[in-house]
Amino acid sequence: MSASSRRARVQPERLLGQPAVVLLLLWMIVPLAMTVYFSTQYFNLLYPKKSSFVGLENFAYFFTYPSFWTSVLNTVLLVGSVLAITVVFGVLISVLVDEHFPGQGIVRMLLVSPFFIMPTVAALAWKNLLMNPVSGFFAWIARAFGATPVNWFADWPLLSVILVVAWEWLPFAILIFVTALQSMDREQKEAAQMDGARAWAIFRYLTLPHLGRPIAVVVMVEAIFLLNVFAEIFVTTNGGPGDATTNVPFLVYTQALLEFDVGAASAGGLVAVVLANIVAVFLIRLIGQSLTARSGAPS
Amino acid sequence: MVRMQALSSEYERAHPGLRLNWVILEENTLRQRLTTDISTHGGQFDVMTIGAYEAPLWGAQQWLQPLDGLPADYELSDLFPNVREQLTAGGHLYAVPFYAEASITFYRKDLFAARGLTMPERPTWQQIRELAAALHQPDRGVYGICLRGKAGWGENMALLGTLVNAYGGRWFDPDWRPQIDTPPWHEAVSFYIDLLGRYGPPGPSDNGFNENLALFAAGRCAMWVDASVAGGTLVDPKESTVAAKVGFARAPQQVTDRGSSWLWVWSLAIPASSRQTQAARDFILWATSRAYLRKVGERYGVASTPPGTRLSTYEAPEYMAAAPFAKVTFDSLRAVDPAHPTLLPVPYKGIQLVSIPEFQAVATLVGRMVAGALTGRGQVDHVLRTCQNAVERTMKRAGYYRNSAARAAGEP
Repeated sequence: MSASSRRARVQPERLLGQPAVVLLLLWMIVPLAMTVYFSTQYFNLLYPKKSSFVGLENFAYFFTYPSFWTSVLNTVLLVGSVLAITVVFGVLISVLVDEHFPGQGIVRMLLVSPFFIMPTVAALAWKNLLMNPVSGFFAWIARAFGATPVNWFADWPLLSVILVVAWEWLPFAILIFVTALQSMDREQKEAAQMDGARAWAIFRYLTLPHLGRPIAVVVMVEAIFLLNVFAEIFVTTNGGPGDATTNVPFLVYTQALLEFDVGAASAGGLVAVVLANIVAVFLIRLIGQSLTARSGAPS
Repeated sequence: MVRMQALSSEYERAHPGLRLNWVILEENTLRQRLTTDISTHGGQFDVMTIGAYEAPLWGAQQWLQPLDGLPADYELSDLFPNVREQLTAGGHLYAVPFYAEASITFYRKDLFAARGLTMPERPTWQQIRELAAALHQPDRGVYGICLRGKAGWGENMALLGTLVNAYGGRWFDPDWRPQIDTPPWHEAVSFYIDLLGRYGPPGPSDNGFNENLALFAAGRCAMWVDASVAGGTLVDPKESTVAAKVGFARAPQQVTDRGSSWLWVWSLAIPASSRQTQAARDFILWATSRAYLRKVGERYGVASTPPGTRLSTYEAPEYMAAAPFAKVTFDSLRAVDPAHPTLLPVPYKGIQLVSIPEFQAVATLVGRMVAGALTGRGQVDHVLRTCQNAVERTMKRAGYYRNSAARAAGEP
């Protein structure tokens, strides 16, 4: 096929793609533009006649809202802790189930299954079946050992939410790591064993470097979703007690649907977008560096 | 509401060609759905269930159809005057009530008798505290007092609003300056946190109306201050283990009795966007009529008659005999005055609420902060100062201090 005929065939295809691109752009730009517009208005849903242009006042209002810094801190704590838990335990568990043992398939399936439970359902199950201080499973265990049951969501609210979310996302990490481990070179491992390397040394110098990239993938994907955690908080603690479990998305929700303040909520939404981008850039930099550093170093 | 739905099949039979489609929602969801629908003129509903907060606000916005020229046999004068007052804006009635409640004190007569205590007919909060101390037996699963602790303007702030009023506090002064960082608020909130912390059930910040109702019905509370409407459940032996042992008294007062008991009304209204105005009007008049109230009493027992809306309910001797909570409810409902809710003058109407659109933002925030303080997160002084600043910011942003003269004149 000659070069000119190929060009002639590619052009119409590109043109055909244009409507989709335009549609996608509109799809993104229209809501964003509306959010930007509303963020410059004083607009209380209960009082639309009073709406007026207020410039950047909504942003000032959102930044100085009493719960704002708490919510940022909570978001960082939530994302950071869940990432740490899922990566550390994900690696350990997937190394464990990588060895052959009877019932391996079933165990792996059970390990992965929490990921397919809806967030609201998972949160309800944890709240009512496990962490309830009167009728929950943990309370039953505590009483069996003669201890006082912990009132999880009142005394350790953020930790409780972190545990629920980590439980949901651990299977995702395991899924990725188990798959990655299957592509690991068995012969290399056997050679190392013949040379007298202990299990720890194999883990440290063979398994971990091999898992570098999957870990980066897990951290990136989870970070994107964890910044938006909402259902678990809504179902279990409703952001409280006080603002102990209010993260940025939940704060936006309280502005929009509990206070009906569209202006401040739009400003908050934009702030959340910017925050998410900062985190994303930061993560990509960090992970990119560690990846290049690792692949550059002699193994 | 569930009973109204059950009985409305009779209404449908009497009105061929008319079909009612019900949407039943939980309270918070209901409020969100209705507010977004009515403020965007969505027109999804022909009849809406709204409360004492929304009715005058939405009426003033002309979002609701005014209910003028009601037929004589509806007997408008039979409705409690202050209940009607809550549903009126600018001289027009915008909703008709299907039940109304005041807050009252529930207590366990058997526990009081066992200790030789008596509940005053009109207790003060200090007396409540002493009684709670005497009755608190956590090792036997009975707590001195149960109160709402769950954050929300319709949950903990309803109770706390009346408590602050009783201590002589108010939300705003006549110039709309918030009064949260004042001695009455400090005393009231400190008292509330101390009382619940010492003599309340564990984890009070999780407990709203429903949780406390379950606790009291299970015999876990010696006292409880909440909506009079709970009386119907508590004296029903099918739903309550303490049915024969419940006593009733007025809501506690302290420095003053003004605003120490709240007034809440659930009512039916027709949004301006309704396309079936006449049918909607016929239905809501039927569902709040004397005949309907009688029908509920016949079907579900006299004590189940929807309370608090019609004076004639309380004139019927068989109702007063069947519902031991009726007298306290009646006295409380007659005494509450949403137009003069506090000891000091205020620019707003409403006892446990302030009838301005900004109130939801304000009270949601304060409710969350107080619930935090209740679990030991933050000192009362600090919390109230933060709330004061935040509320002032909200009010400033909403433009209350730019033309405060016009606002003080009663414009919402």
